[in-house]
Amino acid sequence: MDAKFEFLCRMGDSTLILGHRISEWCGKAPVLEEDIALPNIALDLIGQTQMWLAYAAEVEGAGHTADDLAMRRDVWDFRNLLLVERPNGDFAQTMTRQFLFDAWHLPMLQALTTSSDKRIAEIAAKAVKEATYHYEKSSEMVVALGDGTEESHARMQSALDLLWPFAGEAFVSDTVDHEMAATSVAPTPETLWDDYEASVKDILSRATLTLPKARFAHKGGKSGTMHSEHLGHLLTQMQWLQRAYPDARW
Amino acid sequence: MYAQMIKSEATQDDPEKLAAFQARIDAGDTIEPKDWMPEGYRKTLIRQIGQHAHSEIVGQLPEGNWITRAPTLERKTILLAKVQDEAGHGLYLYCAAETLGVSRDELTEMLLDGRMKYSSIFNYPTLTWADMGAVGWLVDGAAIMNQVPLQRTSYGPYARAMVRICKEESFHQRQGFDIMMKMANGTAAQRRMAQDALNRFWYPSLMMFGPSDQDSVHSAQSMKWRIKMNSNDELRQKFVDQTAPQAAFLGLTVPDPDLCWNEEKGGYDFSQPDWDEFFDVLRGNGPCNTERLAEQNRAWDEGKWVREGLMAHAAKKNAQPIAAE
Amino acid sequence: MTKSRTEWPLWEIFIRGQHGMSHRHVGSLHAQDADAAVRNARDVYTRRNEGVSIWVVPSASITASDPDAKGALYEPSHSKVYRHPTFFDIPDDVGHM
Repeated sequence: MDAKFEFLCRMGDSTLILGHRISEWCGKAPVLEEDIALPNIALDLIGQTQMWLAYAAEVEGAGHTADDLAMRRDVWDFRNLLLVERPNGDFAQTMTRQFLFDAWHLPMLQALTTSSDKRIAEIAAKAVKEATYHYEKSSEMVVALGDGTEESHARMQSALDLLWPFAGEAFVSDTVDHEMAATSVAPTPETLWDDYEASVKDILSRATLTLPKARFAHKGGKSGTMHSEHLGHLLTQMQWLQRAYPDARW
Repeated sequence: MYAQMIKSEATQDDPEKLAAFQARIDAGDTIEPKDWMPEGYRKTLIRQIGQHAHSEIVGQLPEGNWITRAPTLERKTILLAKVQDEAGHGLYLYCAAETLGVSRDELTEMLLDGRMKYSSIFNYPTLTWADMGAVGWLVDGAAIMNQVPLQRTSYGPYARAMVRICKEESFHQRQGFDIMMKMANGTAAQRRMAQDALNRFWYPSLMMFGPSDQDSVHSAQSMKWRIKMNSNDELRQKFVDQTAPQAAFLGLTVPDPDLCWNEEKGGYDFSQPDWDEFFDVLRGNGPCNTERLAEQNRAWDEGKWVREGLMAHAAKKNAQPIAAE
Repeated sequence: MTKSRTEWPLWEIFIRGQHGMSHRHVGSLHAQDADAAVRNARDVYTRRNEGVSIWVVPSASITASDPDAKGALYEPSHSKVYRHPTFFDIPDDVGHM
C-alpha cells in the first residue's frame, strides 16, 4: 500500500478515534464548564480528521471520500494509535490519555508544518494551533488533578500506570515512517522521543505523579496489525447508520 | 416551553414599594440584581430561570444519544456543536439565576433530587437519526417562539442571557430542518424515519407550551411582571401556523386529522395533545424520566472528585494577580 | 443559603473583540482559579470567534454603585447634552464629521 496514504490514515484515524471518544462525554462531564470545553477538543480533532482523511482519499485515488474512509473501513484498516482507542474510563483516564496524546501530537504537528508535502504542511499549520491549546489544557488538568486531593491523586496515578504502556507506540518507526522521513514528508518518530519524555516528566513532577519505570510499549495500532478489542465496538456504533443503510445519503 | 407551569409566588411587600416597582416595569425599565424587587418576583424568577437552565442541561442527553452514531463526520461536528451550545445556554441561565441569590450547585441539587423540574419534552426518547432533525425543527422551533420575546423580559440578566441564546440558537432549528429535508427526500427507509419522527414529536412539542393558561392567576401575575410575555395558547397557535406548512413542504403528514386552515381566524385549527399524558410526564412517568435523572445524578456524583481535586489544587497555588494584557 | 463545600467561585468575564474596542462584559462562569477561569472563558465565550483577549475578575471583587443613588450619580449628566455629538447642527455641505 502507498506509504503516504498509510501515513495520512495514521494521522486522521488517531484524531478521529480520539475525537469520537471525547464526544462520548457529551452531557456527562464532571462540571458544566467541562461540558463546554470537551466538545471543543472533539470538534478540533474531528475537523482535523476531515482534512487528513480527505487528503488520504485523494492520495488513494479510489474515488473514496473522507466519510467513506471513516465509516466504511473495518478494524484492520484503521491506523490509529492504540492509546486513543482506550475506553474513556473515569475522567482521570480520559485526561491522562489526552495528555499523553497531546504531548506527542503537538511536536509532531510542529514538525509537519515544514513537511516537503505542501498539503500536509498546510493541514499541520492549522492543526498545530488547536493542539497547542489541547496540550495546555490537558497538561494543566494533569497537574491540578495529580496535585489535588488524595483521591484525585490516586486516580491520576492509576490512570498513568494503566496508559503509559500505550504512549510508546508513536515513537517506534516502521517502513512507512522510514519512507516518510526519507522524502522529508514527516519526522522520524524516534527523534521526537527525548523532548516528549522531558515534557512528560516535567508535567508529571509538577503533578506529583510518578512515571512508571517499565519502558514496555504495546504496538499494533498504527500498523493495523493488532488493535485492541475496544476498537471494534467503537466502530460498530460509529459506522452503524452507514452500514445499515448503505444507499442512503445523510 | 423550557419553563412549564411556573407558579408565581405571592408577594407580601410594602404596597408603596410594590406600586413603584410595577410602575418601573410598566415603563419598560429593566430590573437589575441590586434593585429592590418583591420577594415573589425573585422567587418566581429563580424557579423559571432555573427550570429553563435545567432543560438546557437535560436537553443535552436526547441529542447526545446520537453523537456517537452520527452518519457523517460533518453531521457529527454539527450535532456536537449544537449540544455544546445547549450546555452554554444552561450556563448563561444559571448565571442569570445566580444574580438572584441562589448558587448553581443549589439549583443543580434541586434538579437532581427532583425538587425542580425540566421541560417535559426531554423525557421522550430519540430513536432514529430523523429524531435529530425533528428535535431541531420542532423542539427548538417551539423553544424559539418563547425565547425571542423573552429578550425583552423585565429582569436584566435574564433578558441578556436570552439575547445571547437567541443569537446562537438561530442555527439550531435550521440544522434540524436540514436533516429533515435530507431524510424526507431520501430513501424509502429515510422517509419512513422522518414521518415516524414527526409522528412521535408532534404532540410532545405542542405540550411544551403548557396547558391553556387563560384563567391562570400565576400567568397573569407573571405577565404583569413581564417575565412571561405571551399566553401558552398564543404561542402554541403561532407554532402550529409556522410548522404545518413546513411539514407540507417536506411532504410529511402532521399526525392530526383535524389539522386544517381556518380562514376566519387566520390560523390553523388543530387537536390538543393528551394533557393526561403531559401531567404523567411531569409526575415522572414519561418514557425517559428515570434514565435522564439517573444519568444526571451519575455524572454529578462521579464528577465530585474532579471538582474537589481541581479546587484543592487551586487552594494550594498562591493566589496570583491576574495578568491583564 | 448553604453552599456546598466544593462550589467553584464565580468569575465575571470581559472580552475584547477584533476591532480594538474596549473589553466588554460578556457574562460569568465558575472556575477553581483565575487561570482556569481564562481557559473556561475561552471555551464558553469565544466559541464563535468573539474575542482576542480575555479578562477575568472574581465576581466577589466587583463593587457596584447603589441603585438608589441612581439619581445623584447619573442625572447631572442629563443636562450636559453638549457632550453628545447630535447636539451640534452641522450643515450637510460640510460632509461627514
